[in-house]
Amino acid sequence: MNNILNQLGIENYIFLSVILFCIGVFGVLYRRNAIIVFMSIEIMLNAVNLLFVAFSTYHQDAQGQVFVFFSMAVAAAEVAVGLAILVSIFRNMDTIDVGNLKNLKG
Amino acid sequence: MDTSLVLVLLLAPFLGFLFNVFLGKKAGKRVVGIVGTLSVVVSFAITLYLFANANQEPLVINLFDWITIQRFDVKFGFLLDQLSILWLLFVTGIGSLIHLYSISYIHDDEKMHSFFAYLNLFIFFMITLVMGSNLLMMFIGWEGVGLCSYLLIGFWYKNQDFNDAAKKAFIMNRIGDLGFLIGIFIVRSLFHTLDFVSLKSIISTAPDVNDLWIAIAALALFIGASGKSAQIPLYTWLPDAMAGPTPVSALIHAATMVTAGIFMITRLNFLFDLAPSIQNLIAIVGAVTALVAATIALVQNDIKKVLAYSTVSQLGLMFLALGLGAYEVAVFHVITHAFFKACLFLGSGSVIHGLHGEQDMRKMGGLKKAMPITFFTMLIASLAIAGIFPLAGFWSKDEILMTAFHHNIALWVIGSIASIMTAFYMFRLIYLTFFNSFRGTEEQKHHLHESPSLITVPLIILAILSFFGGIISLPGHSWLNEYLAPLFSKVATEEHVLGTTEYALMAIATIGALIGIGIAYKKYLKDNTIPNEDAEITGISKVLYNKYYVDEIYDAIFVKPINILSSFFRDSIETTLSALVFGLGKVTNEIALQGKKVHNGSVGLYLFAFVLGVIAILTYLFL
Repeated sequence: MNNILNQLGIENYIFLSVILFCIGVFGVLYRRNAIIVFMSIEIMLNAVNLLFVAFSTYHQDAQGQVFVFFSMAVAAAEVAVGLAILVSIFRNMDTIDVGNLKNLKG
Repeated sequence: MDTSLVLVLLLAPFLGFLFNVFLGKKAGKRVVGIVGTLSVVVSFAITLYLFANANQEPLVINLFDWITIQRFDVKFGFLLDQLSILWLLFVTGIGSLIHLYSISYIHDDEKMHSFFAYLNLFIFFMITLVMGSNLLMMFIGWEGVGLCSYLLIGFWYKNQDFNDAAKKAFIMNRIGDLGFLIGIFIVRSLFHTLDFVSLKSIISTAPDVNDLWIAIAALALFIGASGKSAQIPLYTWLPDAMAGPTPVSALIHAATMVTAGIFMITRLNFLFDLAPSIQNLIAIVGAVTALVAATIALVQNDIKKVLAYSTVSQLGLMFLALGLGAYEVAVFHVITHAFFKACLFLGSGSVIHGLHGEQDMRKMGGLKKAMPITFFTMLIASLAIAGIFPLAGFWSKDEILMTAFHHNIALWVIGSIASIMTAFYMFRLIYLTFFNSFRGTEEQKHHLHESPSLITVPLIILAILSFFGGIISLPGHSWLNEYLAPLFSKVATEEHVLGTTEYALMAIATIGALIGIGIAYKKYLKDNTIPNEDAEITGISKVLYNKYYVDEIYDAIFVKPINILSSFFRDSIETTLSALVFGLGKVTNEIALQGKKVHNGSVGLYLFAFVLGVIAILTYLFL
């Protein structure tokens, strides 16, 4: 594991996660399809997970990896709930375009 | 044994009050009357027992510590000495008679149960006032009787005038109460105790206390007394208090509550003895009140108003005696006055009852035949108050005048003039009410009748007491003076030696009273003069009829400016403040309305704002 890190260098892992995170942010901001928005969120989440793991190896500390397990478990639960919400929104409104979801208007 | 007896004495009227308040309506009028009267009779019986078994030493009963702070402690306790037992005797005794009378008098009123509840509560507070072992206990009773007085004056609350009279009485009393409270504070800071027994022993050891402060304390306490006992300048509430039912006027506004001020000053006689300047003030105020009230009473046409001003005048005479240091004389007059004034008020109540609510003497007359018992009892009481030998009023009034004569001729002259006027207006009342022909409507004439025995029996008892009441303190050998002697520091007996001067004074007083009666006889019986209608009254009698315009003067000096000040506060200050507060609310509301637009329901916008926010936070944290 150490070798891989040495070959590529920690900086590249950081760049990759920043790029992935930004892709996620832009996906959330620009896409209207709720499923794509959802996927973008997952990308952001995984970018952070990647960073966690990279630093965990870099510091020779297993805590980061343990934390990632937690975050993945929570993410799985979140996906299940989120998809369920999307399905029920689609059943009710026949659309999953976030631009049309105006019921939250204050 | 004594403790439980005293507790029963105190709590019997209170239980009567509770019963009448909570169960009275259901129990029915008959039960209400019986319970209400019986609870006071129980108190009277116990008082009689205590009176018979009392020894020289006062009985002190401390129930519990009430306030304990370092050097200052107040006990919830009762003091039964000669003075309080004497007061209890006539409070509960006359109270019982008046309760009995009320059963018949108030029987047709739908709120009979609350009437009896208030009366019982009044007796309870009066007993607290009289039996309290310290100034704070007295203050509880003092406030309580004020409350009951307010409730009972405004008993017929549907009449706005009566409500106003009740409020007036309450507010006037409040001014006096403030004086009393300030007096209590000063006494506490001077002597570090409020207990009567310890106060007396501290003062008798001649403590090193500033005379000026004692005088201020005495003045404050006197203001308290003048509020409750209707002296100048706080007397105007008492005539208006006649708005209440007549038994209330008899019990509270003639016989018992208004003598609370005299009780308080007598209780603290050792304190007032140290302030001669205040004593002079009390004597002067008393004499002036006696005269002013008597002059007003000369021309009043409402039968109860005459008696009300007469009460103020008699209270003035009592204060005159107090101011001269003759406390036992004042107490004597309190007792005899309680007898004949209660009798007069109950008699006038009987007349009003007979005439179905008519109080104007111009519409009475000739009631002697129809109401013989009322007539005779009132005649005896009138003779007593006029000071005719040998009725009760003769002895007590004569002693006051004699004391005044020995101290200051001017005070004696004022007192004597007031007494002559008393004789005049009382017989004006008798002649206008009971003699000549009836001046009311035909229908009233048809219904004229003597009152039922529940009303006449108390009248007869009180008339007998008015007749013989004087024997408790005959000059030369006074049982009352000996009985009360332990209370007072100085011995006042030497003034009661009978010499030619005293006999001459008695003769002058009697002749004066006879002159007063004679004038009334000439004017109202022989010439058959009927007082003018309100509009036709002119000259000095108009001033007197309008009570020297004192109410109008007070209105202009105190009430109007306060009204103006209040409207200023309402219209300017209040408006500004509320504009400020409402303005803040409006601004918040406006901001919220604008902010609401951000929440337009677009998830995209929310997310965008969210990202911007995260970026902002990160920028702030790391850059």
